[in-house]
Amino acid sequence: MSANPNLFTYLLRLADDNMVLSQRLGELVSWMPELEEDIAIANLSLDHLGQATSLYSYAGTMEAAGRDEDALALTRSEREFMNAVLVEQPNGNFADTIARQFLVDAYQVPLYQALSSSTDQTLGGIAQKAEKEARYHLEYSSTWLVRLGDGTDLSHDRAQSALDRMWPFAADLFAADQVEANVVAAGIGVDPRTLRDSFDSTVARVVELATLRMPTDTYERTGGRTGIHTEHLGHLLAEMQSLHRAHLGATW
Amino acid sequence: MVTLSTMDLDALRAKIAEIPDPEVPVLTIEDLGVLRRVEERNGSVVVTITPTYSGCPAMHHIEQNIRTALNDAGVEGDVETVFSPAWTTEWMSDEGKAKLRDYGIAPPRHIESAVSITNVPVRCPQCNSARTEVISTFGSTACKSLWRCLDCLEPFDHFKEL
Repeated sequence: MSANPNLFTYLLRLADDNMVLSQRLGELVSWMPELEEDIAIANLSLDHLGQATSLYSYAGTMEAAGRDEDALALTRSEREFMNAVLVEQPNGNFADTIARQFLVDAYQVPLYQALSSSTDQTLGGIAQKAEKEARYHLEYSSTWLVRLGDGTDLSHDRAQSALDRMWPFAADLFAADQVEANVVAAGIGVDPRTLRDSFDSTVARVVELATLRMPTDTYERTGGRTGIHTEHLGHLLAEMQSLHRAHLGATW
Repeated sequence: MVTLSTMDLDALRAKIAEIPDPEVPVLTIEDLGVLRRVEERNGSVVVTITPTYSGCPAMHHIEQNIRTALNDAGVEGDVETVFSPAWTTEWMSDEGKAKLRDYGIAPPRHIESAVSITNVPVRCPQCNSARTEVISTFGSTACKSLWRCLDCLEPFDHFKEL
Protein backbone atom coordinates (compact mmCIF):
# COMPACT_ATOMS: atom_id res chain seq x y z
CA MET A 1 0.00 0.00 0.00
CA SER A 2 1.31 3.48 -0.82
CA ALA A 3 1.98 6.02 1.88
CA ASN A 4 -0.61 8.59 2.87
CA PRO A 5 1.14 11.15 5.14
CA ASN A 6 -2.02 13.08 5.99
CA LEU A 7 -3.97 10.05 7.05
CA PHE A 8 -0.90 8.79 8.93
CA THR A 9 -0.73 11.97 11.02
CA TYR A 10 -4.47 12.03 11.55
CA LEU A 11 -4.49 8.42 12.75
CA LEU A 12 -1.54 9.10 15.06
CA ARG A 13 -3.41 11.98 16.69
CA LEU A 14 -6.38 9.70 17.35
CA ALA A 15 -4.17 6.84 18.51
CA ASP A 16 -1.97 8.96 20.80
CA ASP A 17 -5.03 10.25 22.69
CA ASN A 18 -5.99 6.68 23.48
CA MET A 19 -2.47 5.43 24.20
CA VAL A 20 -1.60 8.18 26.65
CA LEU A 21 -4.97 8.01 28.40
CA SER A 22 -4.67 4.24 28.64
CA GLN A 23 -1.26 4.59 30.27
CA ARG A 24 -2.58 7.15 32.77
CA LEU A 25 -5.48 4.88 33.72
CA GLY A 26 -3.16 1.90 33.89
CA GLU A 27 -1.10 3.74 36.54
CA LEU A 28 -4.13 3.48 38.83
CA VAL A 29 -4.50 -0.28 38.67
CA SER A 30 -4.20 -1.66 42.22
CA TRP A 31 -4.46 1.89 43.63
CA MET A 32 -8.19 2.53 43.39
CA PRO A 33 -10.23 2.97 46.57
CA GLU A 34 -12.41 -0.09 45.89
CA LEU A 35 -11.97 -3.33 44.02
CA GLU A 36 -14.91 -2.56 41.71
CA GLU A 37 -13.41 0.77 40.67
CA ASP A 38 -10.03 -0.85 40.19
CA ILE A 39 -11.63 -3.28 37.76
CA ALA A 40 -13.54 -0.47 36.06
CA ILE A 41 -10.44 1.66 35.56
CA ALA A 42 -8.49 -1.33 34.22
CA ASN A 43 -11.32 -2.00 31.75
CA LEU A 44 -11.33 1.62 30.59
CA SER A 45 -7.57 1.44 30.15
CA LEU A 46 -7.85 -1.77 28.17
CA ASP A 47 -10.51 -0.36 25.84
CA HIS A 48 -8.35 2.69 25.11
CA LEU A 49 -5.32 0.48 24.60
CA GLY A 50 -7.28 -1.65 22.15
CA GLN A 51 -8.40 1.41 20.21
CA ALA A 52 -4.83 2.73 20.18
CA THR A 53 -3.49 -0.60 18.93
CA SER A 54 -5.91 -0.72 16.00
CA LEU A 55 -5.25 2.92 15.09
CA TYR A 56 -1.45 2.59 15.36
CA SER A 57 -1.48 -0.56 13.32
CA TYR A 58 -3.42 1.15 10.55
CA ALA A 59 -1.26 4.28 10.87
CA GLY A 60 1.80 2.09 10.32
CA THR A 61 0.29 0.84 7.08
CA MET A 62 -0.41 4.42 5.96
CA GLU A 63 3.13 5.51 6.80
CA ALA A 64 4.47 2.56 4.78
CA ALA A 65 7.85 2.76 6.49
CA GLY A 66 7.76 -0.57 8.26
CA ARG A 67 6.79 0.73 11.70
CA ASP A 68 4.22 -1.37 13.55
CA GLU A 69 2.03 -0.43 16.53
CA ASP A 70 4.80 -1.13 19.05
CA ALA A 71 7.32 1.01 17.18
CA LEU A 72 4.85 3.89 16.96
CA ALA A 73 3.79 3.73 20.60
CA LEU A 74 7.12 2.94 22.19
CA THR A 75 9.93 4.56 20.18
CA ARG A 76 8.64 8.05 19.41
CA SER A 77 9.71 10.95 21.60
CA GLU A 78 7.61 13.51 23.43
CA ARG A 79 7.69 16.05 20.60
CA GLU A 80 6.49 13.38 18.19
CA PHE A 81 3.41 12.53 20.26
CA MET A 82 0.33 14.35 19.04
CA ASN A 83 -2.23 13.64 21.73
CA ALA A 84 -4.37 16.41 23.15
CA VAL A 85 -2.77 17.77 26.32
CA LEU A 86 -5.88 16.84 28.34
CA VAL A 87 -5.13 13.11 28.36
CA GLU A 88 -1.59 13.50 29.70
CA GLN A 89 -2.73 15.38 32.82
CA PRO A 90 -1.85 13.46 35.99
CA ASN A 91 -4.45 11.33 37.74
CA GLY A 92 -4.58 13.64 40.78
CA ASN A 93 -7.38 12.62 43.12
CA PHE A 94 -10.29 10.45 42.03
CA ALA A 95 -12.34 13.50 41.01
CA ASP A 96 -9.52 14.66 38.71
CA THR A 97 -9.39 11.25 37.05
CA ILE A 98 -13.17 11.21 36.59
CA ALA A 99 -13.33 14.80 35.27
CA ARG A 100 -10.58 14.08 32.71
CA GLN A 101 -12.30 10.86 31.66
CA PHE A 102 -15.68 12.55 31.39
CA LEU A 103 -14.37 15.31 29.11
CA VAL A 104 -12.64 12.76 26.88
CA ASP A 105 -15.76 10.57 26.73
CA ALA A 106 -18.02 13.52 25.89
CA TYR A 107 -15.69 14.21 22.94
CA GLN A 108 -15.07 10.63 21.80
CA VAL A 109 -18.73 9.63 21.56
CA PRO A 110 -19.57 12.14 18.78
CA LEU A 111 -16.07 11.68 17.29
CA TYR A 112 -16.44 7.94 16.79
CA GLN A 113 -20.06 8.33 15.78
CA ALA A 114 -19.00 10.67 12.97
CA LEU A 115 -16.02 8.51 11.99
CA SER A 116 -18.27 5.45 11.74
CA SER A 117 -19.42 6.74 8.37
CA SER A 118 -15.90 7.51 7.13
CA THR A 119 -15.31 6.64 3.49
CA ASP A 120 -12.24 4.81 4.75
CA GLN A 121 -13.61 1.38 5.66
CA THR A 122 -10.83 0.43 8.04
CA LEU A 123 -11.11 3.64 10.05
CA GLY A 124 -14.92 3.41 9.90
CA GLY A 125 -14.78 -0.13 11.30
CA ILE A 126 -12.47 0.84 14.15
CA ALA A 127 -14.79 3.75 14.97
CA GLN A 128 -17.96 1.63 14.94
CA LYS A 129 -16.38 -0.65 17.52
CA ALA A 130 -14.97 2.23 19.58
CA GLU A 131 -18.23 4.19 19.59
CA LYS A 132 -19.98 1.50 21.62
CA GLU A 133 -17.11 1.48 24.10
CA ALA A 134 -17.06 5.28 24.36
CA ARG A 135 -20.79 5.35 25.14
CA TYR A 136 -20.28 2.90 27.96
CA HIS A 137 -17.35 4.95 29.28
CA LEU A 138 -19.46 8.11 29.19
CA GLU A 139 -22.13 6.42 31.28
CA TYR A 140 -19.53 5.43 33.84
CA SER A 141 -17.80 8.81 34.07
CA SER A 142 -21.09 10.75 34.07
CA THR A 143 -22.46 8.58 36.87
CA TRP A 144 -19.39 9.27 38.96
CA LEU A 145 -19.29 12.98 38.22
CA VAL A 146 -22.93 13.27 39.34
CA ARG A 147 -22.29 11.15 42.41
CA LEU A 148 -19.31 13.27 43.44
CA GLY A 149 -20.84 16.62 42.52
CA ASP A 150 -24.17 15.85 44.14
CA GLY A 151 -22.51 14.10 47.10
CA THR A 152 -20.93 15.54 50.24
CA ASP A 153 -19.59 19.09 50.51
CA LEU A 154 -16.07 17.70 50.21
CA SER A 155 -16.76 15.58 47.13
CA HIS A 156 -18.67 18.48 45.55
CA ASP A 157 -15.75 20.85 46.05
CA ARG A 158 -13.26 18.35 44.72
CA ALA A 159 -15.41 17.60 41.68
CA GLN A 160 -15.73 21.33 40.95
CA SER A 161 -11.98 21.94 41.29
CA ALA A 162 -11.25 18.91 39.15
CA LEU A 163 -13.55 20.12 36.39
CA ASP A 164 -12.11 23.63 36.62
CA ARG A 165 -8.55 22.26 36.50
CA MET A 166 -9.11 20.01 33.46
CA TRP A 167 -11.24 22.46 31.50
CA PRO A 168 -8.53 24.61 29.84
CA PHE A 169 -6.89 21.45 28.49
CA ALA A 170 -10.14 20.18 26.94
CA ALA A 171 -9.87 22.89 24.27
CA ASP A 172 -7.00 20.93 22.73
CA LEU A 173 -9.42 18.14 21.74
CA PHE A 174 -10.93 20.55 19.22
CA ALA A 175 -7.76 22.00 17.75
CA ALA A 176 -7.40 21.39 14.02
CA ASP A 177 -5.00 22.30 11.25
CA GLN A 178 -4.35 21.41 7.62
CA VAL A 179 -4.10 17.71 8.46
CA GLU A 180 -7.74 17.61 9.53
CA ALA A 181 -8.74 19.84 6.63
CA ASN A 182 -7.19 17.38 4.19
CA VAL A 183 -8.73 14.24 5.66
CA VAL A 184 -12.10 15.97 5.90
CA ALA A 185 -11.86 16.96 2.24
CA ALA A 186 -11.16 13.31 1.40
CA GLY A 187 -14.26 12.20 3.32
CA ILE A 188 -12.08 10.19 5.69
CA GLY A 189 -11.79 12.28 8.82
CA VAL A 190 -13.79 14.60 11.01
CA ASP A 191 -13.15 18.26 11.76
CA PRO A 192 -13.10 18.20 15.57
CA ARG A 193 -14.60 21.68 15.70
CA THR A 194 -17.86 20.21 14.42
CA LEU A 195 -18.01 18.04 17.55
CA ARG A 196 -17.98 20.98 19.91
CA ASP A 197 -21.77 21.47 20.09
CA SER A 198 -22.39 17.88 21.02
CA PHE A 199 -19.58 18.02 23.58
CA ASP A 200 -20.86 21.26 25.09
CA SER A 201 -24.41 19.97 25.44
CA THR A 202 -23.25 16.72 27.11
CA VAL A 203 -21.06 18.66 29.53
CA ALA A 204 -23.82 21.18 30.32
CA ARG A 205 -26.35 18.40 30.95
CA VAL A 206 -24.14 16.37 33.29
CA VAL A 207 -22.73 19.43 35.08
CA GLU A 208 -26.27 20.48 35.91
CA LEU A 209 -27.24 17.01 37.14
CA ALA A 210 -24.08 17.02 39.25
CA THR A 211 -25.09 20.38 40.82
CA LEU A 212 -21.78 21.80 39.60
CA ARG A 213 -21.24 25.02 37.69
CA MET A 214 -19.64 25.38 34.29
CA PRO A 215 -15.95 26.35 34.47
CA THR A 216 -15.44 30.05 33.90
CA ASP A 217 -11.77 30.01 32.90
CA THR A 218 -11.53 31.01 29.25
CA TYR A 219 -7.82 30.15 28.96
CA GLU A 220 -7.25 27.44 26.36
CA ARG A 221 -4.09 25.35 26.49
CA THR A 222 -3.61 23.81 23.09
CA GLY A 223 -0.54 22.60 21.16
CA GLY A 224 -0.63 18.86 21.77
CA ARG A 225 -1.55 18.09 18.16
CA THR A 226 1.77 19.55 17.04
CA GLY A 227 3.81 18.04 19.85
CA ILE A 228 3.85 20.99 22.26
CA HIS A 229 2.99 19.29 25.53
CA THR A 230 2.74 20.05 29.22
CA GLU A 231 5.62 18.88 31.39
CA HIS A 232 3.75 15.70 32.33
CA LEU A 233 3.96 13.81 29.04
CA GLY A 234 7.73 13.33 29.09
CA HIS A 235 7.59 11.62 32.48
CA LEU A 236 4.73 9.40 31.36
CA LEU A 237 6.58 8.32 28.21
CA ALA A 238 9.79 7.69 30.12
CA GLU A 239 7.98 5.15 32.23
CA MET A 240 5.85 3.72 29.45
CA GLN A 241 8.73 3.23 27.02
CA SER A 242 11.62 2.29 29.31
CA LEU A 243 11.24 -1.48 29.09
CA HIS A 244 10.82 -1.49 25.32
CA ARG A 245 13.77 0.85 24.78
CA ALA A 246 16.00 -1.15 27.14
CA HIS A 247 15.31 -4.37 25.26
CA LEU A 248 14.73 -3.28 21.66
CA GLY A 249 13.56 -6.16 19.53
CA ALA A 250 12.96 -8.50 22.45
CA THR A 251 10.15 -11.00 21.99
CA TRP A 252 8.31 -13.32 24.40
CA MET B 1 0.33 -29.65 3.02
CA VAL B 2 -2.70 -31.20 1.39
CA THR B 3 -4.48 -29.06 -1.12
CA LEU B 4 -7.71 -27.43 -0.16
CA SER B 5 -9.79 -29.53 -2.53
CA THR B 6 -9.20 -32.61 -0.42
CA MET B 7 -10.48 -30.84 2.64
CA ASP B 8 -14.15 -30.05 2.84
CA LEU B 9 -14.53 -26.36 3.71
CA ASP B 10 -17.65 -27.10 5.79
CA ALA B 11 -15.82 -29.71 7.81
CA LEU B 12 -12.97 -27.29 8.40
CA ARG B 13 -15.37 -24.60 9.47
CA ALA B 14 -17.04 -27.02 11.90
CA LYS B 15 -13.66 -27.77 13.43
CA ILE B 16 -12.73 -24.11 13.82
CA ALA B 17 -16.20 -23.33 15.19
CA GLU B 18 -15.49 -25.64 18.13
CA ILE B 19 -12.58 -23.53 19.40
CA PRO B 20 -13.51 -22.28 22.89
CA ASP B 21 -13.23 -18.68 24.03
CA PRO B 22 -10.22 -18.59 26.40
CA GLU B 23 -11.94 -16.31 28.91
CA VAL B 24 -15.41 -17.85 28.83
CA PRO B 25 -14.45 -21.42 27.91
CA VAL B 26 -18.05 -22.65 28.02
CA LEU B 27 -18.64 -20.71 24.78
CA THR B 28 -17.13 -21.46 21.41
CA ILE B 29 -16.04 -18.66 19.09
CA GLU B 30 -19.08 -19.60 16.99
CA ASP B 31 -21.50 -19.22 19.94
CA LEU B 32 -20.01 -15.78 20.60
CA GLY B 33 -20.29 -14.62 17.04
CA VAL B 34 -16.54 -13.92 16.93
CA LEU B 35 -16.11 -16.34 14.02
CA ARG B 36 -17.47 -14.58 10.96
CA ARG B 37 -16.37 -16.55 7.90
CA VAL B 38 -14.26 -19.45 6.72
CA GLU B 39 -13.73 -19.13 2.99
CA GLU B 40 -11.40 -20.00 0.15
CA ARG B 41 -9.42 -17.26 -1.53
CA ASN B 42 -6.91 -18.01 -4.27
CA GLY B 43 -6.42 -21.57 -3.16
CA SER B 44 -5.94 -20.86 0.50
CA VAL B 45 -8.32 -20.60 3.44
CA VAL B 46 -9.08 -17.27 5.07
CA VAL B 47 -10.71 -17.31 8.50
CA THR B 48 -12.32 -13.99 9.42
CA ILE B 49 -12.88 -13.06 13.05
CA THR B 50 -14.09 -9.91 14.80
CA PRO B 51 -13.19 -8.80 18.33
CA THR B 52 -15.83 -8.42 21.05
CA TYR B 53 -14.01 -5.37 22.45
CA SER B 54 -11.15 -3.37 20.89
CA GLY B 55 -8.76 -4.41 23.62
CA CYS B 56 -9.96 -7.96 24.18
CA PRO B 57 -6.74 -9.80 25.10
CA ALA B 58 -8.32 -13.13 24.12
CA MET B 59 -8.14 -12.26 20.42
CA HIS B 60 -4.45 -13.13 20.07
CA HIS B 61 -5.09 -16.44 21.74
CA ILE B 62 -8.07 -17.19 19.51
CA GLU B 63 -6.06 -16.32 16.42
CA GLN B 64 -3.28 -18.65 17.54
CA ASN B 65 -5.76 -21.48 18.15
CA ILE B 66 -7.24 -21.03 14.69
CA ARG B 67 -3.77 -21.20 13.13
CA THR B 68 -3.13 -24.40 15.06
CA ALA B 69 -6.44 -25.86 13.85
CA LEU B 70 -5.56 -24.98 10.24
CA ASN B 71 -2.15 -26.52 10.68
CA ASP B 72 -3.59 -29.69 12.26
CA ALA B 73 -5.90 -30.03 9.29
CA GLY B 74 -2.93 -29.62 6.97
CA VAL B 75 -4.43 -26.60 5.32
CA GLU B 76 -2.71 -23.41 4.17
CA GLY B 77 -4.55 -20.47 5.58
CA ASP B 78 -4.60 -17.12 7.26
CA VAL B 79 -6.60 -15.31 9.92
CA GLU B 80 -8.07 -11.90 9.19
CA THR B 81 -9.51 -9.55 11.81
CA VAL B 82 -12.31 -7.19 10.79
CA PHE B 83 -14.03 -4.48 12.83
CA SER B 84 -16.99 -3.77 10.63
CA PRO B 85 -19.79 -4.56 11.14
CA ALA B 86 -19.05 -4.11 14.83
CA TRP B 87 -19.62 -7.14 17.01
CA THR B 88 -22.84 -7.19 18.96
CA THR B 89 -24.25 -9.56 21.58
CA GLU B 90 -27.20 -9.98 19.21
CA TRP B 91 -24.94 -12.41 17.32
CA MET B 92 -24.71 -14.73 20.28
CA SER B 93 -26.59 -17.96 19.57
CA ASP B 94 -29.49 -19.08 21.80
CA GLU B 95 -27.47 -22.17 22.51
CA GLY B 96 -24.62 -19.94 23.62
CA LYS B 97 -26.92 -17.98 25.92
CA ALA B 98 -28.22 -21.20 27.50
CA LYS B 99 -24.66 -22.44 28.02
CA LEU B 100 -23.71 -19.15 29.69
CA ARG B 101 -26.66 -19.38 32.08
CA ASP B 102 -25.76 -22.95 33.03
CA TYR B 103 -22.19 -21.80 33.61
CA GLY B 104 -23.40 -19.16 36.09
CA ILE B 105 -23.19 -16.07 33.88
CA ALA B 106 -26.37 -14.12 33.13
CA PRO B 107 -26.57 -13.93 29.32
CA PRO B 108 -26.98 -10.63 27.44
CA ARG B 109 -30.56 -9.47 26.98
CA HIS B 110 -32.01 -8.97 23.53
CA ILE B 111 -31.47 -5.38 22.39
CA GLU B 112 -34.74 -4.17 20.92
CA SER B 113 -33.85 -0.57 21.53
CA ALA B 114 -31.51 1.33 23.81
CA VAL B 115 -34.42 2.30 26.05
CA SER B 116 -36.38 -0.96 26.17
CA ILE B 117 -33.44 -2.94 27.48
CA THR B 118 -33.54 -1.43 30.95
CA ASN B 119 -37.15 -2.67 31.32
CA VAL B 120 -36.05 -6.29 31.08
CA PRO B 121 -34.53 -7.61 34.31
CA VAL B 122 -31.18 -9.36 34.40
CA ARG B 123 -32.11 -12.68 35.96
CA CYS B 124 -29.97 -14.45 38.53
CA PRO B 125 -28.38 -17.45 36.84
CA GLN B 126 -28.57 -19.40 40.12
CA CYS B 127 -32.21 -18.96 41.21
CA ASN B 128 -33.71 -17.14 38.21
CA SER B 129 -34.92 -14.27 40.39
CA ALA B 130 -35.57 -10.97 38.65
CA ARG B 131 -34.69 -9.07 41.82
CA THR B 132 -31.09 -8.26 41.07
CA GLU B 133 -28.87 -5.19 41.20
CA VAL B 134 -25.67 -4.07 39.59
CA ILE B 135 -22.58 -3.92 41.81
CA SER B 136 -20.18 -2.67 39.16
CA THR B 137 -20.70 -1.81 35.50
CA PHE B 138 -17.33 -3.40 34.77
CA GLY B 139 -16.34 -6.97 35.57
CA SER B 140 -13.54 -9.49 35.46
CA THR B 141 -13.32 -9.34 31.66
CA ALA B 142 -14.15 -6.59 29.18
CA CYS B 143 -17.46 -8.25 28.25
CA LYS B 144 -18.94 -8.61 31.74
CA SER B 145 -20.42 -6.56 34.57
CA LEU B 146 -20.84 -7.58 38.19
CA TRP B 147 -24.28 -8.11 39.76
CA ARG B 148 -25.86 -9.52 42.90
CA CYS B 149 -29.11 -11.37 43.47
CA LEU B 150 -31.37 -9.89 46.15
CA ASP B 151 -33.12 -13.21 46.77
CA CYS B 152 -30.39 -15.85 46.93
CA LEU B 153 -27.77 -13.16 47.67
CA GLU B 154 -25.24 -14.70 45.27
CA PRO B 155 -23.03 -12.32 43.30
CA PHE B 156 -22.83 -13.16 39.60
CA ASP B 157 -21.39 -12.01 36.29
CA HIS B 158 -23.60 -10.59 33.57
CA PHE B 159 -22.51 -10.64 29.95
CA LYS B 160 -23.03 -6.98 28.97
CA GLU B 161 -25.27 -6.11 26.05
CA LEU B 162 -23.32 -4.42 23.29
